[in-house]
Amino acid sequence: MKTSSKIYSSIVFAILFAPILVLLVFSFNESKSLSVFSGFSLKWYQELLKDRNTLEAVRNTLILAASATVISTVMGTAAAVGINKLRSKWSKAVMNTVTDIPMTNPDIITGISLMLMFVFVGRLFGASTSLSFWTMLIAHITFCLPYVILQILPKLRQMDKSLPEAAMDLGCTPMGAFFKVELPEILPGIITGAIMAFTLSLDDFVISYFTSGNGFETLPIRIYGMTKKTVTPKMYALATIIFFVTLGLLLISNLVDEKDEAK
Amino acid sequence: MDKIIELKNISKAFDGETVLDNISLDIHDNEFITLLGPSGCGKTTTLRIIGGFVYPDQGDVIFMGERINDVPPHKRNVNTVFQKYALFPHLNVFENVAFPLRERKLPKKEIKEKVNKMLDMVMLSGFAHRRVTSLSGGQQQRVAIARALVNEPKVLLLDEPLGALDLKLRKDMQQELKKIQKSTGITFIFVTHDQEEALSMSDTIVVMSEGKIQQIGTPQDIYNEPVNAFVADFIGESNIVDGVMLADYKVRFGGQVFDCLDTGFAPNEPVDVVIRPEDVDIVKPEPGVLQGTVTSVTFMGVHNEAIVDIDGFKWMIQTTDPVEEGAHIGISLEPDAIHIMKKSKYSGMFGDYSSFSNELDELSNPGGEEEE
Amino acid sequence: MRTANRRHPQNGYRMALAPYSIWSALFVVVPLAFIAYYAFTDNQFAFTTENITRFFTATSNIVQEDGSSVEVRTYLLIFMRSVKLAVISTIICLLLGYPMAYIMSRAKERTQKTMVTLIMIPMWMNFLIRTYAWMTILQDTGILNGFLSALGLGTVHIIGTEAAVIIGMVYDYFPYMVLPIYSILAKLDGRLLEAARDLGCGSISVLRRVIIPLSMPGVISGITMVLIPSISTFYISQKLGNGKFFLIGDAIEGQYVANNLHFAAAIAFILMLILLVCMAAVKYVTARYVYGGDEE
Repeated sequence: MKTSSKIYSSIVFAILFAPILVLLVFSFNESKSLSVFSGFSLKWYQELLKDRNTLEAVRNTLILAASATVISTVMGTAAAVGINKLRSKWSKAVMNTVTDIPMTNPDIITGISLMLMFVFVGRLFGASTSLSFWTMLIAHITFCLPYVILQILPKLRQMDKSLPEAAMDLGCTPMGAFFKVELPEILPGIITGAIMAFTLSLDDFVISYFTSGNGFETLPIRIYGMTKKTVTPKMYALATIIFFVTLGLLLISNLVDEKDEAK
Repeated sequence: MDKIIELKNISKAFDGETVLDNISLDIHDNEFITLLGPSGCGKTTTLRIIGGFVYPDQGDVIFMGERINDVPPHKRNVNTVFQKYALFPHLNVFENVAFPLRERKLPKKEIKEKVNKMLDMVMLSGFAHRRVTSLSGGQQQRVAIARALVNEPKVLLLDEPLGALDLKLRKDMQQELKKIQKSTGITFIFVTHDQEEALSMSDTIVVMSEGKIQQIGTPQDIYNEPVNAFVADFIGESNIVDGVMLADYKVRFGGQVFDCLDTGFAPNEPVDVVIRPEDVDIVKPEPGVLQGTVTSVTFMGVHNEAIVDIDGFKWMIQTTDPVEEGAHIGISLEPDAIHIMKKSKYSGMFGDYSSFSNELDELSNPGGEEEE
Repeated sequence: MRTANRRHPQNGYRMALAPYSIWSALFVVVPLAFIAYYAFTDNQFAFTTENITRFFTATSNIVQEDGSSVEVRTYLLIFMRSVKLAVISTIICLLLGYPMAYIMSRAKERTQKTMVTLIMIPMWMNFLIRTYAWMTILQDTGILNGFLSALGLGTVHIIGTEAAVIIGMVYDYFPYMVLPIYSILAKLDGRLLEAARDLGCGSISVLRRVIIPLSMPGVISGITMVLIPSISTFYISQKLGNGKFFLIGDAIEGQYVANNLHFAAAIAFILMLILLVCMAAVKYVTARYVYGGDEE
């Protein structure tokens, strides 16, 4: 790499990581200040562990992300297999467009649109508030699905199309051929898709914000609430923990990819 | 020999495009039969119909006397060697070959015996625990054959299995396949677009074009007595000229009358006349023989290949005699060098060497990819 | 004449696709229709165009720096500001991101992977927190100013200005610009560059006539991926702009919080239309001036 390139990319990375570094450092700050570091302490982490509402939000977030991941991965895998087999140009175009919508639409539109429908349907049934864990789950599954599908489709396209045929030729039922031959082939895609779905769900604020209700609070929503008031380094401690969890997941998914490529 | 598979009036169209047009074909037990034709002729579709991967729009597929149109692939007693082998990348060599046996839930000991026997047969005994992706093309090919044969099918379908191998390896595998077929006594249905491969391996050749069977016969029949201009051109090199059948044993072309061996045409019926390049003798340009000018000579090793312009039609002539470009020569033809064919829709499309038609054909058809 | 075949594998694949098709219809397509429905109805769900008209006509007074007040079209102003800030952020992202993507694509393979991971890591920090961290950095008494004054450079006032909002947007969406461009540049066939040199192009010329045109698909998706979220963002301007620069996303959120769902839907509806137009424009411009090339 040329020196100028090295300098440029170093500056870019320095700026990209500056806020993260700030968070990390100040989460260990002894005082309440977010700009003056007065000494190392773990007290904000301890306080975090005592904060019942935050812990509940963590639990909620994990339940939501896990459910959304399982459902969107199963449905998305089936959908990818089906889309891959579509023959007519028209139906392919329709499926591609529909799959693109949640990804290209701004989050705020996705959130508002789902919220409007939930409120409307809730009213039909006379419910005063229809937003709950369930509406959030539906929303999360909806925005995770395209990412799962788009991770699996390329794996299906790369796969030798005669593999499932060979399995049937050798005595497998079509179902058996799928589970014994196709699934192992596309598994890396399914795993990366699932990890993506999980992290997206953990991280989502905008869509959750519009579709949550009934006291069901996830971490990003709790953080939003916290940043409206004065913020203490406790939130930074929380952010640091979330950051390392998501980072860990990202690295695992990279490893899966690399292992797959090494084949 | 018993009929093992009968195709009766099979038709198939994909998206409104006819791929097979009323095909009927009998395949006998213990036979090495080759479906031969250019890409898009319907040979792979025919194979896939027999394998159960394509459902015919019309017609019946009969296997040992039973109609099997509705029998799914996994219940058919036929196995396939796929074009790019379709080995399962997540399984090693042993497990690939064991795959159909495990599906049948055979006891472990029996599986081991059968797989090892198969690997012995294809000379891969030491490779049982290798990853299939680490094997060479020829080795993968052998695994695919072993896997397809381990179930002892009645019929083995081979879809251009040698297409991905280089020339030398291909020749070896041709002999080996023939040997395996002889020793196992299994019926082989082999699909290829390579006419030399077809001629050297087959008991029976089925020449196909545009979804129709053009000719069925032994390699000798097909080469010596092509039924129309398409077959004559596709199998080997041919000069195909317009002629008129004056009477039995008399044909006129190029302004001359020749003796021939063919009968059964109407008087003065227009016909296609096929002359193989190696059957032409070069003589002095005397009256009474066809005369022309040599426009190019290519040294081919064993023989010279000369293009000779006779009244504007370019003939290809293969001769071991020295010929020179620009020379004025005569050619003579023995009666058994002249093959007469009825006019067909292929008349006038082939047989003139005025362009590099063969190479251009290949250029416009890279890879010989078949229709699905 | 084809006999219906129960076991035909194609049926199985249709079954596999069915749940997703139904799900998408119910939770992607129908909700979008609800935006239009709410946008054109009043609280009693009777048809009205009032929500849309309100967007274009509602006015408010803003106090200028000299103390006088002017009447402005509230939502048109918000809207124009959103577009302006989003476009500026997108351009900055492109100007900073393209060289970055290019540097990454020319690095050794091992380095490339590391750099991609490094670019992606900040994306996995929740954007609320990222934005908040910038707030503490840019504050008048924040880390940046502490740093500057320690160096004896005085202080700068950034927080609460449009510049701060732009910094936030550029920071948040920078990876979305770099990654698509990088993925195209990384796949670029090295032989093309050699061919261009062989045909007499200098370094600049290769960049201008071969690399940039070929990377256009990546540039377009980068622009799309930055422009869309930055035009519709909320929160960034609330935190970094001290709430002084309401953007269209903030307007939608505000109406939602105030439970004016019909007007929120109307704003969202207009935003959707504008984005469609923007995307069509981006596609048209690139098709005409990049691939055509002969108008130059």
